[in-house]
Amino acid sequence: MRAKKLNRGVALVGAGMSRFGAFPADTTRDLFVQAFREMRASVDKGLDPRGIEAIYIGNYSSDLFEGQGHTAPLMADWIGLASRPATRVEDACASSGVALRQGILAIASGLYDMVLVGGIEKMTNLPTERVTDTLATAGDVLYEIPAGFTFPGFYAAIATAYMARYGASPESFMKVGLKNHENGALNPKAQFGATIRTMMDRRIASAKAKGRPMPTWEDEMAFLHDDNANPVIAWPMRLFDCSPISDGAAAALLVAEDLADSFSDVPIHIIGSGQASDCALHDRPDLTTIASARLAGEQAYQMAGVRPADIKIAEVHDCFTIAEIVATEDLGFFAPGEGWKAAEEGVTGRGGRRPINSSGGLKSKGHPVGASGIGQVVEIWHQMRGEAGERQLPNSVDLALTHNVGGTGQTCAVHIYERRR
Amino acid sequence: MSERPFTSTSFQQYLAEHRLMATRCGTCGALHLPPRPLCPSCFGEAISWEEMSGSGHLKAFTTIHIAPTAMIEAGYGRNNPYCTGVVELDEGPAISAQILGVDASHPQGIAVGIRLSVTFVERGQGDGRHTLLGFQPAVG
Repeated sequence: MRAKKLNRGVALVGAGMSRFGAFPADTTRDLFVQAFREMRASVDKGLDPRGIEAIYIGNYSSDLFEGQGHTAPLMADWIGLASRPATRVEDACASSGVALRQGILAIASGLYDMVLVGGIEKMTNLPTERVTDTLATAGDVLYEIPAGFTFPGFYAAIATAYMARYGASPESFMKVGLKNHENGALNPKAQFGATIRTMMDRRIASAKAKGRPMPTWEDEMAFLHDDNANPVIAWPMRLFDCSPISDGAAAALLVAEDLADSFSDVPIHIIGSGQASDCALHDRPDLTTIASARLAGEQAYQMAGVRPADIKIAEVHDCFTIAEIVATEDLGFFAPGEGWKAAEEGVTGRGGRRPINSSGGLKSKGHPVGASGIGQVVEIWHQMRGEAGERQLPNSVDLALTHNVGGTGQTCAVHIYERRR
Repeated sequence: MSERPFTSTSFQQYLAEHRLMATRCGTCGALHLPPRPLCPSCFGEAISWEEMSGSGHLKAFTTIHIAPTAMIEAGYGRNNPYCTGVVELDEGPAISAQILGVDASHPQGIAVGIRLSVTFVERGQGDGRHTLLGFQPAVG
């Protein structure tokens, strides 16, 4: 197959995000303005917003979460760009990964030179069961949801198929959660800015202060095996295997490659883009892999002319811990059935050979679903420019990848980034 | 006799009659469940209904403790988890369904690969009464 190429190059020259978490006093507009302001401040040589020609906003379901539809023009208005063509992109949890791709295609086509891409979601207004119902509409409401499936349930089913074939255990998944919370503890934007050890010690301190019986966990794994501390959501996925319910927004500025130097001292070139779709989970021949991720990854690698082994850092869609393991196999970092071993052996840690989700991932950073794709871009932006603070990787990050999944893989968008100086 | 339309409404009517129905493509022979009005394998439009035996095996499963509203209304939840899964029929297609007759409180005792047979679950009252697809461990 001939590699697909963009008609002209596209560069990332700014990126920013709100904190991810639960913010009862903020609507998506407030969060988006926070993200926009941080993005603006990140443009080395300054940004006059009037130069932005078009806006693509990833958002899964402001309609159901907030009772507000038609959100893209509102976001444009709140940053003073009411007249710009503003388009909402919806592909479930991959909404802003796909919005990023739409921005890239719009510039590559030659139509625009400067495009703002972003993502927004405000999930915490609703009680948990209604969030569960709303997320479930990203599945097939005629044939999957009547069976009782929830989103944790879908990924739990992938986990049981994976365990049966490859011998992984629930402990393999717990290791992913431990690692991502360690990374997130170093991320000031993360919803859970604490390691699992810290959260466990807080529980012990709280029990002591209140004169309650002291928990007797020997270590983090004992804590994670405790049905009270870490209840089952959908077996084998427990609370600490699931990304949280979150509010948040993220924004990134794209320009035509030949303009990059007039905005940025260290522009990041987007050299690979792939996107694919798939059917409902039950219609897939193999439940231990996400075919759309394999396809989107192959497209992105081909366009970029790089191999999985070349990638220095990746932000992958760990909506559930099993999803990170499957992602690392789908993207070619590990052979099928080897991802869980890599997770257990620490290969995917910040100091490991194959660092995954240095931001803390969706698990620890938070998962405001429509914002997560651009949230990944923000981490790549910081890591590639050496601005990731305490969680900065020790080695030079000149090639990076993001992987953003919608639903159980009905959508996947993969992007590859290069720093040239 | 003219065929019922190849829609989810017809599929649901068949379920209410306790029949699990798939669609067969007359052009390429592919069998599809859920039913498809246009063959996704060859784009063929010569479709007919075909009844499934209801025998198959468990391809993947989970036991759900944090339930959606519809399952909470059916009496499930944190203290009464239920099992749901993907069932591959002996004829080939696979479908999502609740798995009954297993102990959802002890998921370690449920195994991928177990043999299952179809069952039909009646839920709701009055106008809200409807039939859901279920499976349970095969006898013998």
